[in-house]
Amino acid sequence: MTHAAATHHTSMGLDSRKMAFWAFIGSECLLFGSLISTYLVYKGRSVVGPYPHDILNIPFTSVSTFDLLMSSLMMVLALAAVQRGDMKWGKIWLFATALLGLVFLGGQVIEFTEFVHKGLTISTNLFGCTFFVLTGTHGAHVAVGVLWLLTLGTRALQGKLGPANAMTVEITGLYWHFVDVVWIVIFTVVYLIQ
Amino acid sequence: MPEAGHTGEHVHPTAEVYLRVAAVLVILTVLEVGVFYVPVFHPVLVPALLVLSAAKFTLVVMFYMHLKADSRFFSFLFGAPLLLAVAVMIALLFLFFGALTLRGTAGAG
Repeated sequence: MTHAAATHHTSMGLDSRKMAFWAFIGSECLLFGSLISTYLVYKGRSVVGPYPHDILNIPFTSVSTFDLLMSSLMMVLALAAVQRGDMKWGKIWLFATALLGLVFLGGQVIEFTEFVHKGLTISTNLFGCTFFVLTGTHGAHVAVGVLWLLTLGTRALQGKLGPANAMTVEITGLYWHFVDVVWIVIFTVVYLIQ
Repeated sequence: MPEAGHTGEHVHPTAEVYLRVAAVLVILTVLEVGVFYVPVFHPVLVPALLVLSAAKFTLVVMFYMHLKADSRFFSFLFGAPLLLAVAVMIALLFLFFGALTLRGTAGAG
């Protein structure tokens, strides 16, 4: 049975998986909303250092932000390629998206390691606690996205992904772009507004 | 039949549109970092950064997540919780910082 044959649509004519996934993304908005709120509420209330202006590296994080934005571009190009049946480019863009996701994660590992060496851990102060929980949760989402993309890429290599499965790629893209928009907010709220 | 062609879902933008959006996103990011570093903008730093960030957010959601062309019901599924999250955030900030201000006033009195 092909993937397309198993597709279900609601009475509104919308794909039920896509609708469910948008509802999931809505719930994720509330999750990240609560984490960002917690960060903002405790902002500037640490009684011991290091403080944000002591350790946040804006040039380094700007490169990470650029990397994640480019990964979103790769993702939509992958979707466009799969939709027109160009599986060669579909695979290339999918793996490129995963690679940029891995680069972002690598950057986060370097950043966290540097912070720990400078004395900021999750238990050092309120900034450390809220910062690591917020950015760590986002990083975990990126890691899940990378695994998802690699799985999809592997299926494409096996010839199990084609235009009939475009919705699967689109849903993967929705998740990836959501991770990107969350980072857009984190980059502004945590890194630039100190 | 490609699944995206079903009723209620619309044609997605072309690769050219995706590239243009990416170019705008990069420009907005450069502007954000520029606003952060240039002292002239410091009096309006927070509103400027929030506007730039909101513009980037909207572009990704509208074009890359296809809400501009897709069913409005998807916009509702995303927009309603997003508004609720923003409302909760504003309410918490008022509660915490309002409490601080009142305590400060009482202490001063």
